[in-house]
Amino acid sequence: MKDMSRATLLKLLGAMLLGTIVISAIMVPIPWMGEIASEEKGPIDTMFKVTIVLSAFVFSVVMVMMGYAIWKYRAKPGDESDGEPIHGNTRLEIIWTTIPTVMVLGLALYATIVLDDIEAEASGPQMEVRVTAQQFAWRFDYVEQGVTSTELHVPVGTQVQAELNALDVLHSFWVPEWGIKRDLVPGSDLPGGEDIDDTVSVTPNKEGTYSVVCTELCGWGHSTMQAAVVVESQAEFDAWAAEQTEIPEDNLSTGAGGGNGAGVYTDQLSE
Amino acid sequence: MLIGGLFGFGLVMALRAISGLDLFQTEQTGYPHVIVPAITAPLGFLIGLGCFDYWFRWASGAPTIPDDHSQHGAKDWKDYFKFNTDHKVIGVQYIVTTFFFFLLGGLLAMVMRAELANPGTQVVDPGVFNSLFSTHAAFMIFLFVIPVFAGLANYVLPLMIGAPDMAFPRLNALSFWMLPMAGLLFMASYLVPGGAFDAGWTGYAPLSTGAPLGQSFFNLGVQFAGASSVATALNFLVTIVTMRAPGMNFWRMPLLVWANLSTSLLVVAATPFIAGVQFMVLFDRAIGTNFFQAAAGGDVISYQHIFWFYSHPAVYIMMLPGFGIVSEVISTHARKTIFGYRLMALALLGIVVLAFAVWAHHMFVSGMFSWLRVPMMVTTMLIAVPTGIKIFSWLGTMFDSKLHMENTSMLFALGFLVTFVVGGISGVMLGMIPIDIHVSDTYFVVAHIHFVLFGGSVFTIFCGIYHWFPKMTGRMYDERLGRFHFWGTLVGMLGTFVPMHWVGMEGMPRRVADYAAQFGEWNLVISVFSFILGAAQLIFVYNMVVSWRYGPKAGDNPWRAKTIEWLVSSPPPVFNFDEIPRVVGGPYEYGVPGARHAIVGGTEGGAEVGGPEPAVAGAASGGGGGGGGGT
Repeated sequence: MKDMSRATLLKLLGAMLLGTIVISAIMVPIPWMGEIASEEKGPIDTMFKVTIVLSAFVFSVVMVMMGYAIWKYRAKPGDESDGEPIHGNTRLEIIWTTIPTVMVLGLALYATIVLDDIEAEASGPQMEVRVTAQQFAWRFDYVEQGVTSTELHVPVGTQVQAELNALDVLHSFWVPEWGIKRDLVPGSDLPGGEDIDDTVSVTPNKEGTYSVVCTELCGWGHSTMQAAVVVESQAEFDAWAAEQTEIPEDNLSTGAGGGNGAGVYTDQLSE
Repeated sequence: MLIGGLFGFGLVMALRAISGLDLFQTEQTGYPHVIVPAITAPLGFLIGLGCFDYWFRWASGAPTIPDDHSQHGAKDWKDYFKFNTDHKVIGVQYIVTTFFFFLLGGLLAMVMRAELANPGTQVVDPGVFNSLFSTHAAFMIFLFVIPVFAGLANYVLPLMIGAPDMAFPRLNALSFWMLPMAGLLFMASYLVPGGAFDAGWTGYAPLSTGAPLGQSFFNLGVQFAGASSVATALNFLVTIVTMRAPGMNFWRMPLLVWANLSTSLLVVAATPFIAGVQFMVLFDRAIGTNFFQAAAGGDVISYQHIFWFYSHPAVYIMMLPGFGIVSEVISTHARKTIFGYRLMALALLGIVVLAFAVWAHHMFVSGMFSWLRVPMMVTTMLIAVPTGIKIFSWLGTMFDSKLHMENTSMLFALGFLVTFVVGGISGVMLGMIPIDIHVSDTYFVVAHIHFVLFGGSVFTIFCGIYHWFPKMTGRMYDERLGRFHFWGTLVGMLGTFVPMHWVGMEGMPRRVADYAAQFGEWNLVISVFSFILGAAQLIFVYNMVVSWRYGPKAGDNPWRAKTIEWLVSSPPPVFNFDEIPRVVGGPYEYGVPGARHAIVGGTEGGAEVGGPEPAVAGAASGGGGGGGGGT
């Protein structure tokens, strides 16, 4: 760095910017997150792409510095001399502490804004669904419509408020195309479970058939614990809902399913 | 061991007979006649080995046998299988044992990749698969990465600070011998009804509290590994604080010493939490407590809080010693002093502090308090800053240097810079809550953890092994084979873990034995590269074993490094130094004419520290020496 001229410095900066542009140009257009089928996944995907550009910059800075050092300062065979005794450079150290700090705090602010955005209550139509998971199956209770199903059907453009509960162990609710995920915690409906954040909202905006997959290890059947998801028009949804079975009394009693969960534990403990 | 086991078995039988219960309890999680012997048998083995002889004599009032250090040093290979209080022997015992578990864990990974090469079920059934990834992680984390760093530091650190041994040699030996016990427990879990533990290395309740018997072996194995870790960390702390050679103040300590000081602080403060939480699980399973039983008023999510309060700092426990190794290696092979040495040391301490304030970023989608997410995100993002400082300082060290790239250790150090930056970037992405909501518990996380633990920790482990191999064995390894090993590892590593990001973002969850057909092609690619990665490690094993026996003799200082361990012979004499060296300058004064780090053969050094004779007393009198050095 001692003998580095302004021209060399500019060349290095140029190489860093070029690296950033090339990597970004290749990586940003690729649909990394697959299909986007909800209002929430759009901002997440945009944010990911912004992060890719910044990451490309950081990666280029490190690679250019490393590449230049290897190219320029590699010892000739047989050269046993030492490098320059430079112990540091306070100004440089302040720079590479400050810039990353500003960058990550900026990203954190951006992430907070996006988080608020995707968790905001929709102005449009809303619908409540109770999602209950147990090894290794899903159940969806539609309280308003009074029906139950093992498939998740939702009208397109409606914000779904999913109230999550598990009967035995932890499970996790994820529809990859929606980009929203939340664990289902046993006991979230019991006294003492009030602190558990068991409601997640998502607004599907694309009709189609998807899957809800369990993403929290729940036992030997974990990898096959999936249920069909159908996003359809309001009319199709109403017609479908009319054909479903009524919710059994058992599902709706307070601590829906909590009773079952308790059974599992007491069985284990009393044996 | 057998006696200990029988004692435990007999104890349970006797107690059950007295209290009028059925002699055998065979519910899914119970089996006291297995669990209690699983505690007493390893203790019995440790007693039989002589780990507690001195303390037993002291406690019973019998005359203690003062340690005459006749057991120091290893004369032939059999000595490595005995109780030994020499930090160098213990260091080698650690490294060899942990590499055994590394290869074992690697084999488990190969079986998993064979299963995952194609969609559907081919090699193992899903239950066995769950055991495979759980034990893979348990071996790699608790029995390889954490202890191998302890082993390397055990060998190098006392030499580096000019101490004759660790502060508590007997405790040091006990720490080592607890590791094989943990390993045996983990391995034995494959033999019990219900198979090995299969709730992941995270062992989330209530899956783990209701799991078959194997889970108890995990609960107990972690206790032995954790106790070993804590004892070693205390040992390092006391050694570093009190036993530095005269003249070595804190700002003259090599960065490896700084790194182990920071790591030990983390271990001492964090590890008791995992010990506690595994006991809570064990109690829920075996004696009917309800810590995590929601139906009985327990708190399910609290498991994750306690677990991650250890396991996030553990990430840095597995990384900081590597930072220290890379600092030594880059400085040596760049022939240049570390750029910004003080900021490097302070960055380590910054990471130690921040490491305790980020744990809940593992729980953004767990249903915990939603208000806790944003503060945890901010601290998580901030921890990238000290880490970035370290990367830039290493790069700064390479400027205006004389880079020597022909050594395998330097290749691994540079390879580490590349892979660790990628791991750091995906870490920042995971720290951002909205992205985490989508990719949490997917293969993206698997990719990230392997970039930081394989590309980060394991690369630095290889870096350290190659760097100090000549010092430990007195012989040189084969650089050509070393280069093959490096390139095989780098290519295998990138080919295995890069595509995992992609399938994860597209929708493949982690910890699945089977997956949707759309991910088939990339998984085949991943599996092929993982086999290349596995095969490359065989080159390493061959190189190490053959070079240890037949390698050309290494001089005292083949890398022309400046730190104290290179002033003594290779391998070092039994008591390290005939005369305690005096430290007269910084550790990396390359290119400064006439500058030296330490001098052997001064007048005050030997007298002040008390010499090599009584290593135990050395802890006490070394305090005087260290205090003098600290001024």
